[in-house]
Formats: sequence, structure tokens, C-alpha cells
Amino acid sequence: MQGNKDKVIAESEVFKMSEIKVKDKEIAVPGEALAVGMDVLPGTGTYRSGDKIMAGRLGLAVIDGRTIKLIPLSGRYVPKRDDTIICKVIDVGFSGWRLDTNSAYSAMLSMKDATSDFIQRGADLTQYFDLGEYIVCGIVNVTSQKLIDVTMKGPGLRKLKGGRIIEVDSNKVPRIIGKQASMVSMIKQATKCNIVVGQNGLIWIDGEPQSELKAIQTIRKIERESHVSGLTDKIKEYLDKGE
Amino acid sequence: MNAELRKSIMKLLKSGTRLDGRKFSEFRKPIEVQCNYINTAEGSARVKIGETEVIAGVKMEVGKPYPDNPDEGTIIVGAELLPMSNPEFELGPPGIQAVELARVVDRGIRESKTIDFKGLCITPGEKVWLLLIDVISVNDAGNLLDAASLAALAALKSARFPEYNGEKIDYKKKTDKELELRNLPIAITVIKIGGSLIVDPDSEEEKATDARLTVTSMEDGTLCAMQKGGDAPLTKEDIEKMVELAIEKGKELRECL
Amino acid sequence: MTYSKRLDSREFDETRHIEAKVGIIKRADGSAYFKIGNTWAYAAVYGPRNLHPKFLQDPQKGILRCNYNMMPFSSSNERVRPGGSRRSKEISYVTEKALLPVLDLNEYPNSVVDVFIELPQTEAGSRCAGICAASMALADAGLTMKDLVAAVSVGKVDGKLLVDLDYSEESWPDGDVADIPVAMTPNTGQVTLLQMDGKIKKDEISKVLDMAKKACIRIYDIQKKALKAKYNADVK
Repeated sequence: MQGNKDKVIAESEVFKMSEIKVKDKEIAVPGEALAVGMDVLPGTGTYRSGDKIMAGRLGLAVIDGRTIKLIPLSGRYVPKRDDTIICKVIDVGFSGWRLDTNSAYSAMLSMKDATSDFIQRGADLTQYFDLGEYIVCGIVNVTSQKLIDVTMKGPGLRKLKGGRIIEVDSNKVPRIIGKQASMVSMIKQATKCNIVVGQNGLIWIDGEPQSELKAIQTIRKIERESHVSGLTDKIKEYLDKGE
Repeated sequence: MNAELRKSIMKLLKSGTRLDGRKFSEFRKPIEVQCNYINTAEGSARVKIGETEVIAGVKMEVGKPYPDNPDEGTIIVGAELLPMSNPEFELGPPGIQAVELARVVDRGIRESKTIDFKGLCITPGEKVWLLLIDVISVNDAGNLLDAASLAALAALKSARFPEYNGEKIDYKKKTDKELELRNLPIAITVIKIGGSLIVDPDSEEEKATDARLTVTSMEDGTLCAMQKGGDAPLTKEDIEKMVELAIEKGKELRECL
Repeated sequence: MTYSKRLDSREFDETRHIEAKVGIIKRADGSAYFKIGNTWAYAAVYGPRNLHPKFLQDPQKGILRCNYNMMPFSSSNERVRPGGSRRSKEISYVTEKALLPVLDLNEYPNSVVDVFIELPQTEAGSRCAGICAASMALADAGLTMKDLVAAVSVGKVDGKLLVDLDYSEESWPDGDVADIPVAMTPNTGQVTLLQMDGKIKKDEISKVLDMAKKACIRIYDIQKKALKAKYNADVK
């Protein structure tokens, strides 16, 4: 009996010792202790050092049950499989195209992933995609050495004609797209612009000059205020009051 | 490589506007000039035009005059396009863009005769003041030429001579002696894209430039330096319009000093 | 004679006034300035980005490349000739080593993270200021980092140990002067940069490192605040 009681006390003491040192949605910087205690678990962007959980990058702390993780607020795009990205053609070879992915690594688009057309050996590939042109494509594979294969086969994947490209922080892309693309749909509707958002932070916008500008200003606003709560309503208001 | 960008800029220009919604003859805002920015320099200024930021500093040294102008001091202008300021800039000796930048800044100051070179003479044939002007880019968001020229002038305007005992300069001690500027030469760059002439290009507009003309003008509208750049030629009408625009905008920038 | 009171009336363990700000260069992936007294350091981070030439690439991980540069007008003496010197080359190198231990670049094989440290004006302690600025800029660039790095110089002037030498102390005419720049990871107290000019006794090293650690923890607080200030402004 006595022993059992001791055990209970010991357990509650362990529990009491665990202390979360950040608030939910608070910004944490590298090396900052986020929690002390063994029953809190380190999530992405954090690491354990002794009985502490430390921030392993700059990010927004999110407490999810017993786990603490950090959501990136900055940093360049890192290519991931299944992402839809906007790329610029930077080289045209014999068997495909090299693309700038707005990351540290370029991607390869091979002829067979580019089109179902039969392309003659030695044909001039610039007639499909020329240097400097932008395309929306999907990432099929990323190797450990960061060799990236992309495809043009899939819904919405195409060459982008006309319009203009802007660059945003790729970490803000989910907010710009919104839940079930609600945010971007709202901008499209309000400005009557065609908009394609690449997960690599490049956005293509095509419409009347003044509407393009409005769309860009709206996107910049979302980028700036990405962590404001009730952002969708705020943006709706912003779009409504403009011309 | 910039065909797509050029197309979208041209489309906007045809409808009378620019990528960021500015008018053709409109500078980015704010334009900020902060003098005496660097306390290790004898004169200095930081200039911001929109997001473009440059720092200019003047160091003064005593040296030997050129044999052909034994009673004149002189200026030496350097420009550094720091890789910190633009992902496309690389480390290493100054490239042609930096050299041109320094030359354009130099020419505006030299040819306006704003500085009395004879006034920089200490002992004819032996000792004269040398003004070492350096302009560096902190953030290049376009139009470094105008920002750099303005910064160099502001740095000269704020300069104070250090103490000199005839042998050594004591850089720790600044005197009250100013550099007198006889006029304020302002460089304005007008660029041509398609048929449109615009001022204060941002980085994207610079990439789509057909031709540019930097015109340095003084208060009375006299021109003291010009530099044409870009691959495309200019017509006489273009040049006349560009000069007029440059003089007009020059007045605006001069107000910021 | 001993140096019993500091010329600018600082305490012996007190740094000069510090001001830090993050996000000062829009074009960079991360940036910051760190101003300590009259010494200012700007730092800009670009990357991870494509690394050329190819033979420099490491297929296992990204590499860190630092460049320390004094602006031509940044010295309180003659103009500094642009283009780097042996001194700036060495400082670039030790700065790289000072920052590398906190970074994890395994996710970025074959790429480079470039850190450009620029000094607009200097008055002693510039390599330490550069490291402080660079570490904030790296965090701002969103890189995986175990900790920040803080740096300060500890010195000995005329028999007295003190923190963050200024110019007049560095060039103190009487007695021995030692200048010991130290960089540390504030949370674990590990030393990532250690240099020394001058003379100290063996048993003083421990005190030097303790003083450095105390100062680095205070610097870390300033770095932390500056980083949070940028992102809090974004969030709110």
C-alpha cells in the first residue's frame, strides 16, 4: 500500500515538473527553451537537450497536446514531392528543359513528362517551352541529392502566357491559397484576374492592369498579415472597399 | 531572358501605368537623405529611394597634386556594389556596372565645378587635400545611379575637414571647416522601354530597359554630365524629352538635400 | 598603476550600448544589424542557393561561406582600400567557424549559404559585432539552428580584466593589453571563436571565459528581442 502511494506522488511530481515556457502562437528563436520536462514531446523545428525542449529554428510555437512544434515564418522554398510550382525555363537541351524552381536546386522536365505529342529526335524544343518562359508544373520526385523531376501532365499544369509573376515568401503560400483555395478564389472573383499560386512562392497574375495591381496589393497584404486571426474577413473587407 | 517580364511591363506602360502603379515621372517614396550617418567618415550620407538604399562616405587625405594642376586638390570616387545588396552581385574586383556608377557620380561632381579644387590646395606643388568619396549599395531595388549621386553630394555637403598640423591628420578631431559647394548637381536617370520614358526604375524595369540616359543638372537647369546606357539607340526627340524630365525631377530631388 | 576606472565610466563587465535590428535588407533572405558603441555590423544572408563553381559543392550538406568586409570609410583612420586584406580574409574564416557549429545544413546538399558582413563604421570589436549580426541574419533566413551565437571581446588593460574593449582601451599605452574575442552559444556556453592578442596569465583564462559568458547571455537577450520584434510586428 505504502509503496503504491509513493509511486503516485512520484508520478504527479514528474507531471508538475513539466513546464511549457512559451505560449501558443508565440515566436521562438533558436536556442530558446520551449519546455522543461520529459513528458512534453519535441515536434518539428525543435530538439531535446537533457530535460529541455529547445527551438531548433526561428518559428511560431504551436502547442498541440503534449507536443510542441515550430511553424517556419521565413526561409527559402525547399522542393517537395507533389508540390505544384511555377518555374522559369533556364536551359533547353536535347531531351528536355532545365527549370529554375526559386530554390537552391533546379529541376528537369523531360520530353516525355512535358507533352504527349510525339517529338522528332533532334527537334527544336524551344517551340514548346522557350528560355525565360514560365510554366506551372508538378514535382514528381526529389532525390536525396535534390535532383528534381517535374511533370506537365496533370490538371492545371501548363505554360503561362501573358500576365506577370510576383514573388512571395513561400511560407505564406498556404495563407494566400486559403482553406480549400477560399482566399485565392476570393481575390480572383473580386479582381477578375487569373491567378496561379505556386507552392514555391511564385504567383502568376493576369488581368486588367488596375486589377492586377489590386490583386498584388491584396496578396502583399496577406503576406504581411499572414498570422492575423480573422484574416479572410479582413481581406474580404479590403477587396470590397477598393474600386 | 526577360522577354516575359518585358511583355508585361509593356502592356502596363501602354495603359499608362507601371508594375507598382506609379506614373511615368513618379519617384518611389519615401526619398530619405540622412547626413552624417557614419561617424568615422569626414562626411557621409545614407540615401533611400523606396527600398533602394546606399551609403556614401568621404574620407579626406593629404597627398601630392597632379603635376599638371599643382595648385588643385581632387576627388576620387569609388563605388561598390556589395553582394549583400543584391543576390546577383558577386564578390571580387568591381565589375563594369560599379565602374560606370563611380564614373557617373564622379563626372557630375567634377564637371559641375561644385567643389573649388583650388581651395583644396595646401602647399602648391606639394600638398593638397584629396577627397576620397565611396558609394556603396546596401539594398539594390533599382536606380542606384540616382541614389548614389545624391548620396555622394549629400556626403560632401556634410563633410568637415579633420585637424591637420602640416604633417599629420588627426582623424579623431573634426574642425568646423566645411567643404563649400558652389552648386548642387543632381543626376536623374530616365529609361526607355518600348516607346515610354520613365524615371526611377525599379529592379524589374531595369531588366527590361532598352536604353537609359542619366542627366546631371544644376539649379539653373545647366547640364553638367550625361551618360547613355542600354543596348538600344535613342532618337533626338527621346533625348530632348529625357533631358527635360531629368531637369524637372532634379529639382524635386534637390529639395531632399 | 592600474586601470581602476574605465575612460567612458562603464563597469568592467559592461558592454558599450547595443542596438540590434532584424530585416534591414529587403533583398536578402535574412538580414540584421548589430551596433555596439561606434562599431556597426550589417549582415545579409543569401541561401541556401546554388553553388558555383561545382567543385566547391559538398554532396552531403550545404556549405557556409562568410565574407567580412570593412566599408572604405569605416575606419577612424585612413580610407580602407576595398577588395579585402589578409586581415579580412582571416576574420571571414574564423567567423565561418564561429557560426558553423549551430547550423544544420544537411538538408541542403550541394548548396551554399552566403553570409555577407559589412562594417559601415568601426571602433574596436568589429569581428564580434559581425558574428552577432550574422547569427541573427541566419535565424531570420529561417535556417535550422540549434542556438544563436553571441560574441564579445574580453580584454586586459593594465592588469584589469574587462569586457568589450573600445578603441582607447585597445591602444592603452601603459602596461600589457590583451584583446580576447570570444564567441559562444549562449544556451550551452560552448566556445566557437577564441583568439587573443596580448598577454594574460594562465589562471586568468577561466575568469575571461566567465566574463565572456555573462556578456554573451546579455547579448543573446538583445538578439532574441530583435528577432521577436521583427516577427511580432509581422504577426500583429
